[in-house]
Amino acid sequence: MDRSDIAKLAELARIEVSEATVDEVAKSITDVLALVDQLQAADTEGVAPMAHPLDATQRLRADQVSEDNRREQFQTQAPAAEQGLYLVPKVID
Amino acid sequence: MHNLTIAELIKGLGNKDFSSEELTRHYLNRIQRLDGNYNSYISVTEDIALEQAQAADKRLAAGEAPALCGVPIAHKDIFCTNGVRTSCGSKMLDNFVPPYDATVVENFRNDGAVMLGKVNMDEFAMGSSNETSFYGAVKNPWDTNCVPGGSSGGSAAAVAARLAPAATATDTGGSIRQPASLCGLTGLKPTYGRVSRWGMIAFASSLDQGGPMTRTAEDAAIMLNSMASFDAKDSTCVDHELSDYTASLNDSIAGLKIGVPKEYFSEGLNPQTAERIQAAIAEYEKLGAQVQEISLPHTHLAVPAYYVIAPAECSANLSRFDGVRYGYRCEDPKDLADLYKRSRGEGFGEEVKRRIMVGAYALSAGYYDAYYRKAQQVRRLIKQDFVDAFQDVDVIMGPTATAPAFEFGAKSNDPVAMYLEDIYTIATNLAGLPGLSIPCGLVDNKPVGLQLIGNFFAEAKLLNAAHQFQLATDFHTLTAPGIE
Repeated sequence: MDRSDIAKLAELARIEVSEATVDEVAKSITDVLALVDQLQAADTEGVAPMAHPLDATQRLRADQVSEDNRREQFQTQAPAAEQGLYLVPKVID
Repeated sequence: MHNLTIAELIKGLGNKDFSSEELTRHYLNRIQRLDGNYNSYISVTEDIALEQAQAADKRLAAGEAPALCGVPIAHKDIFCTNGVRTSCGSKMLDNFVPPYDATVVENFRNDGAVMLGKVNMDEFAMGSSNETSFYGAVKNPWDTNCVPGGSSGGSAAAVAARLAPAATATDTGGSIRQPASLCGLTGLKPTYGRVSRWGMIAFASSLDQGGPMTRTAEDAAIMLNSMASFDAKDSTCVDHELSDYTASLNDSIAGLKIGVPKEYFSEGLNPQTAERIQAAIAEYEKLGAQVQEISLPHTHLAVPAYYVIAPAECSANLSRFDGVRYGYRCEDPKDLADLYKRSRGEGFGEEVKRRIMVGAYALSAGYYDAYYRKAQQVRRLIKQDFVDAFQDVDVIMGPTATAPAFEFGAKSNDPVAMYLEDIYTIATNLAGLPGLSIPCGLVDNKPVGLQLIGNFFAEAKLLNAAHQFQLATDFHTLTAPGIE
């Protein structure tokens, strides 16, 4: 992981990494990737990937309205909201 | 009163030896006087606690008390509480007041429990030392120069310092069992899907599981009776028959077949810890259990597989924190991208950001098969090791942690050293199995935990085995020095 790799990852993850910490971040992520690289030695030929410990699949429910609309209550938690809308910086000029 | 277990408190409240209000005020007073030494609480909910205690006293007087009526507990600050700030140990959620209760919180409320407050934790449950909390590190009551373990370090320190009779906790890679081990407590991670995750802030959805932090196995059984439920609101909850976990506590364990994995006694294990574990297993033999060595051959791959799967799931789950709908927002964003990046860059701590970035890398185009798919395949191999072992044995036993509690700062600058702290607990989460830690002695005057791993939904068997050990030994009654 070099500085440009970290810049790309930071972009993917939408996380600002300050110039002062980029080398430290690169080193620690390199260390973690070295740890997980031990997986490459495992023989996994023909092994199905496992997502749920009990191999459960998504339960389905009837297509009915089950929740009330609580928009106003939820928007009390928003950093900026107005007239039922969440406010963000201007996206389209 | 603070030296009574949950089982004893239920009796005392039932016999009118004391009221819930007296008990609750006693704990609130202790928290106010003593928690400055430990930093185990993020929020103390005094008004709610007293209101619930008074309501409980009325129900007790009317003779219509549910199971935990009037018993005070603390909730890990990862469980959403309606109208009470739920921070998850993060600056990101420092101002977040959920508009609903987690199912676990609702279950305890329905059973009459009193909420003392919300306890400290590693940020978003990512850590093994409680040093990553935005609200400061929690101190181990056994030695305040040492960590309490993590991520449920606040739950463990609060119970060990007698600032709560019991607490809720969560375990993604060892976060209930390791702090239980380091603080001399009983901590149970149930089978994946046994306890609802609804309203429990998600870190790694296929691994996270809530469970109790208590002083005894009997208390863990009582707590699990309230915590466990099938919940249609959690699509990963498993609709499996519920047990009364206290019903089989007193069953004999003569003939219990115990498997001891040779891989759990590798060179990384502190030799004195190993002695305590071997002595505890010998105690089980005295109680009539049969012990045999077993092998879990993929053990060495558990930490590497976990550090692909957990970060990958974390990067997806934590994408919801965008500075728009709730949580932290940076000052004066110049455009939408700047709002996202600075809100997340400033709102998350270093460990959380590291895991999000590792996860984003593992899931990115060109790397998915090499990392994520490979880790999911290894995960099945690890589960298969346990499935094979449980053909021959009832319970697997070994150490919970490699050593007793370590000092602050010892591992905080070396993420990989910190990750290896969970080497004996992580495989259980990957496999989805229940695991329990119970105290089995001291090393350097600090507690050591014995880990018991059971088959799927065998919580009652684990609690039975732990309770029988606690009837024959007194390690679980040891109290940290200096606790009044």
